[in-house]
Amino acid sequence: MFDFPEPFVLRALAAGIGLAVVAAPLGCIVVWRRMAYVGETLAQSSLLGVALGLALNIDLTLAVIVAAVIAALVLTAFGRQKLLALDSVLGLMHHAALALGVIAIALLKGPSIDLMSYLFGDVFAVTTSDLFWVYGGGAVVLALTVWLWRPLVRLSLHEDLATAEGINPRTPRALFDILLAVTIAVSMKIVGILLVMAFLVVPAVAARPLASTPERMAVIAALVAAVSVVAGLALSLYTDAPGGPSIVLAMCGFAAISLLAMGRRAS
Amino acid sequence: MPVEPASDHAPHHAPPHVHGEACGCGHVHARPVDPTALVSARGLVFTRGGRDLISGVDLDVASGEIVTIIGPNGAGKTTLVKLMLGIEQPDQGVVLRPSETRIGYVPQRFEVDRAIPMTVERFLALGLTVTPAAVLSALRETGAERTASQQLSKLSGGETQRVLIARALLRNPHLLVLDEPARGVDYVGEADLYELIGRLRDSRKLGVLLISHDLHVVMAKSDRVICLNGHVCCSGKPEAVAQHAEYARLFGPQAASALAVYLHHHDHAHDLSGTAHPVTEPAEARPPDGGPAARETR
Repeated sequence: MFDFPEPFVLRALAAGIGLAVVAAPLGCIVVWRRMAYVGETLAQSSLLGVALGLALNIDLTLAVIVAAVIAALVLTAFGRQKLLALDSVLGLMHHAALALGVIAIALLKGPSIDLMSYLFGDVFAVTTSDLFWVYGGGAVVLALTVWLWRPLVRLSLHEDLATAEGINPRTPRALFDILLAVTIAVSMKIVGILLVMAFLVVPAVAARPLASTPERMAVIAALVAAVSVVAGLALSLYTDAPGGPSIVLAMCGFAAISLLAMGRRAS
Repeated sequence: MPVEPASDHAPHHAPPHVHGEACGCGHVHARPVDPTALVSARGLVFTRGGRDLISGVDLDVASGEIVTIIGPNGAGKTTLVKLMLGIEQPDQGVVLRPSETRIGYVPQRFEVDRAIPMTVERFLALGLTVTPAAVLSALRETGAERTASQQLSKLSGGETQRVLIARALLRNPHLLVLDEPARGVDYVGEADLYELIGRLRDSRKLGVLLISHDLHVVMAKSDRVICLNGHVCCSGKPEAVAQHAEYARLFGPQAASALAVYLHHHDHAHDLSGTAHPVTEPAEARPPDGGPAARETR
């Protein structure tokens, strides 16, 4: 179907692989801390960022990052109150943000706007300026993740033990929420709001049975994610299937194989 | 032996603290802080949901002494330990942890999520600057060297406790704080665990603050037992606390008689010198520095 990859294919590959490497360690921590629902809520809040960007006519990626970070800060504040379980707060915010985002975009741009590209991503429409976000922002996120890695692993293992050993749990947690928000906002372009958490969580799930330490799990998750990007994009090009869902499907395939192999070994 | 109820706000008996006495002095307010204590608390109050989980608790742990906290469920034992460690902040009162005091903590429930891959070796070195040799030596000291390459989430209860104690030891602690270390450990394992803690206290001159869910095994080794029920009901030597009226009210008279049986058994089974201890020892004067001198007579 193609002889030499076209520039749009190369851009899609570059963005996908770059994000895969940045998102994988964060995805591991999301799995360990059982934060998938928090991530979902941040992702749906990103839609409000799209609306904000369209209304103010500013860079959409920047607007989405701002919205996701604000959502992360709101969630952190909500996490401190004891009136409602965090789960309930997330259930409320997650759907409110989605509904409000869809309405705001529809009102701002009329029904002609392609909502699907926000919900499921449009990896083949990645532009050179998107690549700047992926690699510039990605490098910052990756560096901060490495810096926060040990405190985050220790807090994931046992928060009281880490605190008694002198780690202030608030700072790493708050910074992690912001890193997560930024990563979700940038990944949205590729896999869309509804699938972005799969992009983070599924490679980590696939890596778990193959890893004996947290660091190995992060590296294996990054490899699984990168290979899934290549496999998913190939599937998409050959079958005309949408790109983002194809990548996530490839990730799920790897996770299924990995979990089946673990199940066989355990029995 | 004089035994006074803790609720009696009698003036503090002047020359100091006589060991082996259930004086309830944890309740005497504005007691001066012992400058040699590893950790001290004065007048702790911790309120949640309009309920005082901890009210008016004073507590000191000195170097080389084993202090055991007992009390019924919901007595605030874990909360008190968390306050002493700085995991929670008191609503009133102060906790003094001199900056030179290094604390090793063994939390109550350490159920590692299977989602986190973690070998014992990696866990012990996590966030510490220690050599692999030091890690193995700590594991050997706690009798858990076999677990070195195992996954943390697959350890038995007793192995987990020994690994956690090894991690605490790698921090070269002055004070070891253990929250129900024998939970999820069988009866033999429990005795072994307390034997290990007693040995570490002797070899490393550690102060030990211990929460016990089952006082029968731990009490004989404790220098001081604090019976907690939100406030300090009574405190003193194990034998004295067991005979205290407040203790009998909390745990029932059967607990006191079970304890006496155990002490008898313990003297025969565990006394390394071969000499039998009297069940009720004469009260010993504690040296002012709280040093190990008092223990050598045990």
